[in-house]
Amino acid sequence: MAEIQIKNVAKTFGAYQALHDINLTIADQEFMVLLGASGCGKSTLLRIIAGLETATSGEVWIGGRRIDHLSPKDRGIAMVFQNYAVFPHLTVFENIGFGLRMQKLPNDEVTRRVERTASLMHIDQLLKRYSGELSGGQRQRVAVARALAMEPDVILMDEPLSNLDALLRMEMRAELKGVLAESKTTAIYVTHDQVEAMSMADRISVMHQGRIVQAASPIEVYRNPSAEFVASFIGNPPMNFLRAKPAGAGKWTVAGQLFDGPTADKPELQFAIRPEDMQPAAEGLKATAKVVEPLGAHLLVTCEIDGSLFRAVLDSDMTVRPGEVLTLAPQSNRVRWFDPETTLAVA
Amino acid sequence: MSQASMAASVPDPQPDPDATPATNTRSAGRFLYVSGVVLLCAWVIVPIYFLMINTLSSPETVNSFPKPFFPEFDLGSLTFFAGFAGMLSALKNSVLVAGMTMVMSIVIGAPAGYALSRFEFRGKGTFRLLILLTRAFPLPLLALPLAVMFIRTGLDDTALGLALVHTTLAIPFSVLITFSLFSGIPIELEEAAWTLGCTRLTAFQKVVLPLILPGITASAIFAFVISWNEVFAAAVLTIENRTLTAFLLQNLDTSPLHLKFAGGFILVVPALIFIFAVRKYLFAMWGIANR
Amino acid sequence: MNARILPYVLILPVTLFLCVFFLYPFVLVAKQAFSTGACFTMENFREVTTYWKFPISMRNTLLLAAAVVPIQLALSLLMATMVTRMQKGRDLVLYIWTIPLGISDLAAGLIWLAIFEQSGFLNTMMNGLGVVDKPVNFLSYQHPGVVFLAIALAEIWRATAIMLVILVAGIGLIPKEYYEAAEVFGASPWKRFLRITLPMLRPSLQTALVLRVILAFEIFAVVAALGGTLFPVLMGETYAYQFDLLNSGAAAAMALIILAISIGFTLIILRVLRVPKGASI
Ligand SMILES: Nc1ncnc2c1ncn2[C@@H]1O[C@H](COP(=O)(O)OP(=O)(O)O)[C@@H](O)[C@H]1O
Ligand SMILES: [Mg+2]
Repeated sequence: MAEIQIKNVAKTFGAYQALHDINLTIADQEFMVLLGASGCGKSTLLRIIAGLETATSGEVWIGGRRIDHLSPKDRGIAMVFQNYAVFPHLTVFENIGFGLRMQKLPNDEVTRRVERTASLMHIDQLLKRYSGELSGGQRQRVAVARALAMEPDVILMDEPLSNLDALLRMEMRAELKGVLAESKTTAIYVTHDQVEAMSMADRISVMHQGRIVQAASPIEVYRNPSAEFVASFIGNPPMNFLRAKPAGAGKWTVAGQLFDGPTADKPELQFAIRPEDMQPAAEGLKATAKVVEPLGAHLLVTCEIDGSLFRAVLDSDMTVRPGEVLTLAPQSNRVRWFDPETTLAVA
Repeated sequence: MSQASMAASVPDPQPDPDATPATNTRSAGRFLYVSGVVLLCAWVIVPIYFLMINTLSSPETVNSFPKPFFPEFDLGSLTFFAGFAGMLSALKNSVLVAGMTMVMSIVIGAPAGYALSRFEFRGKGTFRLLILLTRAFPLPLLALPLAVMFIRTGLDDTALGLALVHTTLAIPFSVLITFSLFSGIPIELEEAAWTLGCTRLTAFQKVVLPLILPGITASAIFAFVISWNEVFAAAVLTIENRTLTAFLLQNLDTSPLHLKFAGGFILVVPALIFIFAVRKYLFAMWGIANR
Repeated sequence: MNARILPYVLILPVTLFLCVFFLYPFVLVAKQAFSTGACFTMENFREVTTYWKFPISMRNTLLLAAAVVPIQLALSLLMATMVTRMQKGRDLVLYIWTIPLGISDLAAGLIWLAIFEQSGFLNTMMNGLGVVDKPVNFLSYQHPGVVFLAIALAEIWRATAIMLVILVAGIGLIPKEYYEAAEVFGASPWKRFLRITLPMLRPSLQTALVLRVILAFEIFAVVAALGGTLFPVLMGETYAYQFDLLNSGAAAAMALIILAISIGFTLIILRVLRVPKGASI
């Protein structure tokens, strides 16, 4: 059992506050992805869990044991680094077996485990090589194998795929997901790549400026972003926003059109809709097409509604010319509302 | 001739590369360049070669005129050198002092180099400045007051006493060089070791040390050379237990030419070997230590 | 161990060592220089500066530095730019050029003694060419110019390597893109050297010059081997006070004078070649 609990963790570097009061619980065997733009504090949080960085305040618990005062080696974790950190003076075999040797396991046990994890990661042919003789992808595999061989309670990964080329990244993504699911290890995976996050995670924690803005399943994060930031960060192209004025009794005016919305007592709300949730219709928002990008599978139309930029993903069979005025209707169950003051979602 | 003016006379490969005048100037420039390099190599090597001729000739030849331009491979001068009273023990002292300097400057200097490369701490800037300051100081002069201090502590005229002074000379280099060497090892390697069950110490032993060892050896050799070559402090601080440099200096007026040249040659030989051994590190060491 | 105190534990040995063997003797030397017996006095300084040899040794030391350092600077810049263009044999050439780095000043003095002494190679060559009919005793008081030349050559020969190493390392740190950009804009090699190499090399030039100038004021054994008493220099006089005259107060005063000159020149070099903040690579 390796549930991870992060309680009120904060971190300051000098005067700079990198993490604000982080609270997060990660279930046993869960695959948690920390997603956010570069510099938002993902690595710092991961390193605090690993024990490579000390939190300014707060507690970290793993499997019901408080571990924030322990050194990394006593936390039952293994880590995969962005630049792999494969030891250059050791062979692949000795790299994978490094942690096992530190535990003073007998030789045959080390060999057995190294060979098993190596074949799991498809690097059994490389055991005698040195890291200088490996490609980036192979080094990546060694780094993961080295972590898995420890049979840790928790495996921590800091952007492990970001140094690979796009094709290899896609391949490794699927493979890693399979291997980790099989190993039944609790995993925390840091990335700034939302596709990676969506495709691998059981749950995503979206981070922004040292805070966790939303922690939920990928589809929940996508469909029901809890804040404007999440809505605009996740999804490519991101969610569209339009100003909405109250028209009384849960009705809101958006670009001259009346929509059903929350019965909130606010002077203004943000009306939000994903580009792919817009359809041409007889009645709806009047959008002037500005740029038309045929993407093969879809047609991406950037248009202007009520003076704001607005994107719609339409069927690629349609023909739209710049300057054309479209009438677009949102799929009503996909409309979301945000309070511009707090930037949070309004139900 | 200067590199710059020579380079300037070489036109860039512009419109017509087949034009004869351009080709001519370029090959003339090439010729100048190569002969410049050869000339500068000769400038370094030929004087050492002359010393070698003198060393490998009989004492009579060394003191006669004119000089041959090839050594006669006579070991007379070297045998005389080996037999000269006190010379061998001076040689032994030189090796001893340099060896101690080498060990002390690494043992004392390397931890500081590690601290500078791995930690942010208050006073780091001041500490670095102090180290740089020592390097910008005519340190052998400090042997003068130390002579008095050593007499009081019984360190006078001992190999250890001199090695301590030589360590002061070598330490700024060993700190800055190990600093740059440690900085060349990604911290992630250590961190990976920590997450794989190492303490700070075992991670250092199992990961950092094997990677750094060749560089540490190079900087140790550098410390050895600094001590091996030092003259002033050695002459001030030793009387009975002279090092080779101090011994030769003391006997400059009285010793015959063949003794001087043989002694000089014995001083030069380790230098040739050491510089060869550390040649790969010389530039890397100075590259970062500069800033 | 606690990561907060660990760095201090690690720098403690060096700090202690430098306190005992660098700061403390520095204080001692100052005390010794400013006192005879127990009371404060400038007597030691008066004694050494009024000695007839003082102006001569001062002049000799400065003259030597003034003659040697600029040549070494030019030579090491030349050599450094030469090796950066080199493709074949770079390692060998660099090895040969850095050999003198490991050679002591005493050995360098002896090497050039083999050339300049009366039965040496210079005389042999001149005799062979028929320039002289019998060997000349160059290193004597009749030929002060040749003595100076021999010492200067030995210094240039020996101590250019240290500057070369620093400059080659410095040039290695200059990003290639600058040169490529300059080439695109049509800068000639000479312009590239003036506009890119020299300014970007400023930190290295600074280090190289400071180190070299300080060593130049410490010149001692080369002179002892080649000129003996013919060419008095400051460091040699210091040595003589300590050993021949057994006057350690005067020796301490001399040491402080050399220190002062070194520090003065270091400050000047740092000032002249200062790197504007934020302008480094
Ligand atoms: N050792 C440190 N010293 C000072 N600031 C740091 C340090 N480590 C990280 N930071 C700062 O903390 C913030 C978060 O960094 P990090 O966790 O590495 O971001 P991410 O991994 O999300 O890109 C950044 O603004 C970074 O500059
Ligand atoms: Mg990061």
